[in-house]
Amino acid sequence: MKTVSSLLDEEWYERYKSISKLNIRSSIYDVTNRCNLRCKGCFFFSSGEDKVAKEEMDLRKWENFIDNEKKRGVNLAILVGGEPTICLDRVEAFYKRLPTFCATNGIIKVPRDRFPDMMVGISLWGDEEDEKLLRGKDTFSISSKNYYGDPHAYYLYTITPKQIGKTERIITKIRDVGVKVHMQLLSNDEGVENFFWTKEEFRDIRAEMDEMLDRYPDTVISSKYYHEIITTGKMLDRTFGWRECPSVTEPIDRREPRPKSLIGFIRWASDLKTMHRCCTSETRDCSTCKDGAAHMSWVMVNKRAHMRSENDLHNWIEVYEMFAKLYQFIPW
Amino acid sequence: MTVEVDTKNLIIHIAEIMINELKLEDVTPETFDPEIDLVDEVGIDSMDLATVALVIQDEYGIRIDEDDYPKLITIRLIADYVEKRLKK
Ligand code: SF4
Repeated sequence: MKTVSSLLDEEWYERYKSISKLNIRSSIYDVTNRCNLRCKGCFFFSSGEDKVAKEEMDLRKWENFIDNEKKRGVNLAILVGGEPTICLDRVEAFYKRLPTFCATNGIIKVPRDRFPDMMVGISLWGDEEDEKLLRGKDTFSISSKNYYGDPHAYYLYTITPKQIGKTERIITKIRDVGVKVHMQLLSNDEGVENFFWTKEEFRDIRAEMDEMLDRYPDTVISSKYYHEIITTGKMLDRTFGWRECPSVTEPIDRREPRPKSLIGFIRWASDLKTMHRCCTSETRDCSTCKDGAAHMSWVMVNKRAHMRSENDLHNWIEVYEMFAKLYQFIPW
Repeated sequence: MTVEVDTKNLIIHIAEIMINELKLEDVTPETFDPEIDLVDEVGIDSMDLATVALVIQDEYGIRIDEDDYPKLITIRLIADYVEKRLKK
């Protein structure tokens, strides 16, 4: 029988063992339906997810709900929205009970006296020009002051096709404010003109992402295999999409056969009752979906498929480590 | 009710379930080392374990608590667990 240790040298085997028993069980929570920005291409508003459920306003109900989530086995709460920092009491209810990650646009600073080590992912959609066009303002000028040198924050840099050839400037400006960065790709849910990807652009941006990782390994949290998967939509001769996606809400997943998926995964709406289809937009076409977390999870849940060869298993380990770092299960 | 089980057969049957459910190659129920670490060596993850646990639950009419999954890291440990549950 092919074993893990027979495929890896000592160093890689140690790396494997430091992640193999983490058993990360995440779920995603819409903390609020409100936001202090209105970005073009934000799936939450473009698919009307802000309207599917009436926000629960009673903090006690949030606390009871989170206690039940913990009992259900969740050990990573991923807070999204709307803009979670509008409702810091709810964020705190999660943070006091569970390892918590908070996605934010960075306009409101998460007060570090209340949330000393909560991981914060700050969204960034490109350079000043793209940010103004898509989000109405250059958010970096604000968020970079709020999170200057913060060891528990990183930028979630959504790369648009217009960023090809320009990512280095963004990466270095993030490095210069002492924060890490993780790259993902725009899915262009709202069909903004000139923001669709072509095959050639995917090829070019993959090469550029690889180059950024090589040049700035202390700033960029990523892996070349992840770049390959997200730009090609292919993993081990399989194609990403609805039939393969691991980030579908488990209780409402009616797929047959059921692919390998995240155990107990649910994306909850802010009424604490409604479940969304998956980790991203309800209306997104799976065949063009570029959701970063879904692609990472696709690799992560398919570990044994990566035991074909030493190289495949190295790839799997690197993607898992990347995820574990981004959500603070292992240090940077 | 106490159910007597033969440990050796139980181990072989659990190995068989594992091989069939997870489509493991290059191993037979007889050659599957009951002491091998299923996570660190065979590469099994919690979803694999949940799949196997469901079949074992059905076949032996016992309950395997999800909280116990992290402890069930060898076939021998799973067999011990099943035996204990059957004797309860
Ligand atoms: S839109 Fe993306 S994340 Fe959602 S089910 Fe489809 S492929 Fe998965």
